[in-house]
Amino acid sequence: MQKRLDIKTDYELIYNMIEPNSKVLDLGCGDGSLLLNLVKGKKIQAQGIEINEVFVRKCVEKGLNVFHSDIDSGLFGYPDDSFDYVILNQSMQQTKKVDFVMEESLRVGKKVIVGFPNFAYLWARMRLFFKGKVPITISLPWSWYNTENLHFLSIADFIDYCEVKDVFIEEAFYLGKKGLVKFLPNLFALNALFLIKKKS
Amino acid sequence: MDDSRLIVDTKYFTFTNHDRKFIFDSGESLPEITIAYETYGVLNQNRDNAILILHALSGDAHVAGVYENDQRLGWWDSMVGPNKAIDTNKYFVICSNVIGGCCGSSGPSSINPLTKKPYALEFPIITIFDMVRAQKYLIDHLGIDKLLSVVGGSMGGMQVLAWAALFPDRIQSAIPIATTLKHSPQQIAFDEVGRQAIMADPDWCDGNYYGLKIPQRGLAVARMIGHITYMSEDSMEKKFSRRLKDKKYSFSFMADFEVEGYLRYRGDSFVKRFDANSYLYITKAMDYFNLSDEFLFENEAVRDVRFLVISFNSDWLYPSYQSRAIVNLLKSKMINSTYCDIDSNYGHDAFLLEVDQQSHIVEHFLTNTHNLCKKD
Repeated sequence: MQKRLDIKTDYELIYNMIEPNSKVLDLGCGDGSLLLNLVKGKKIQAQGIEINEVFVRKCVEKGLNVFHSDIDSGLFGYPDDSFDYVILNQSMQQTKKVDFVMEESLRVGKKVIVGFPNFAYLWARMRLFFKGKVPITISLPWSWYNTENLHFLSIADFIDYCEVKDVFIEEAFYLGKKGLVKFLPNLFALNALFLIKKKS
Repeated sequence: MDDSRLIVDTKYFTFTNHDRKFIFDSGESLPEITIAYETYGVLNQNRDNAILILHALSGDAHVAGVYENDQRLGWWDSMVGPNKAIDTNKYFVICSNVIGGCCGSSGPSSINPLTKKPYALEFPIITIFDMVRAQKYLIDHLGIDKLLSVVGGSMGGMQVLAWAALFPDRIQSAIPIATTLKHSPQQIAFDEVGRQAIMADPDWCDGNYYGLKIPQRGLAVARMIGHITYMSEDSMEKKFSRRLKDKKYSFSFMADFEVEGYLRYRGDSFVKRFDANSYLYITKAMDYFNLSDEFLFENEAVRDVRFLVISFNSDWLYPSYQSRAIVNLLKSKMINSTYCDIDSNYGHDAFLLEVDQQSHIVEHFLTNTHNLCKKD
């Protein structure tokens, strides 16, 4: 799936979050560009999981280890804390069982990086309020009938979720049209990126 | 195309129990064992570009190219050759006939040097591990310390996994295709029906048919069953549908439908090239194979092997879930691995027919593995 948002920004943020020489699992790794950059720049040990066969082949071309699988069943088999980071960038909301995927990610990863589009973005609210239509924004570009997103959430929803599930938020970044958003992110951010881990 | 065709010949390597001790899993042994093999390309100076290809149930050492006086193409010629996925310009490719087979390696149709007669059922029951232990002696003989890769589909894939379990320090990478860690009851059942068809043929004579009439009806039926399991419902529909050979029903038990004619043809041509006893031995070896649980990891060196696991989504004989079981085992030990479930409607035959997607993955995987071992 194409991402209309300036991809560089969230890729850069993720890139910076990850410590050199760590083990990284990217769930929904696409063509593997992010993992390849991390392998080259940070000497990580990379593993991708990707459902699209064409992307799987692109990853193999890049020399990456990749499993052709959906995310929901892709985490099965890994021992606890197998990875330093599990990345769920723009893929969490597309899984069937988010709760299960999050639990599994937090089990196999010491830390989890989650990126998702913010459903409570100002223009999303406006469209719903004034037009009475489901939001279509830069980060939620699809119509209701062709979107791959199965779950819709806001930044506030995710923060609630972490509290309920006893998950510690180590870092959070909010992205707007022109870079990072500091002020009222749940209103002004198109996308959010969280670095989370289990509360031990 | 013809100028790029490989001209190959079959070579033979024989060892005795004195040179190299060889005890079958059954506990038995033979005075000597011969392995038929072919090689393609050139072994480089570092001896790090050798790839061993393992064949399936009815395969042989002739994986690619043609013989000088026989234009029959190798069974995986689409994948192996100059500028193909397994590029013989870059790699030194070896393929050997399994022991127990009937295409040059020691098997039930070989002559027992003690009695000067074919072994028939005196030949020891073989296992996939036995096949691989014999191959290891061939690799020793060829002076190769470490294979860049072992590659094979179906029963060839079982041998790949057996290599990883037995001799992981002798391989850089492993490519098991359309295979399994163990035969399911359904797979054993299909093999057993094939064996029963052979043994029910009155010409089988408890395996002592050499020099006499061969049990061709039984072997042909076994092969027909096999062919049904190698195709998918979809590929059969596309290939035959309900088409008739002649436009109307014969109202007899002649082969009315194209699919009947095809199976009969396949059965009849198989008996000309394959030994019925070898069919019994090799299918039994597949049924005995079981690498589930932790046995794959008995030798710690397996952790350094890179795996590429491939399955085909229409394969119902070796369904994708069996490949995923391999992957899950590798995951549990965090072993470097890649898995692709290739979209195809050919069924199990896809590993022989689905060339484009398979080539792409295998080619890149091998190149990357070779680059990695150059760095080491």
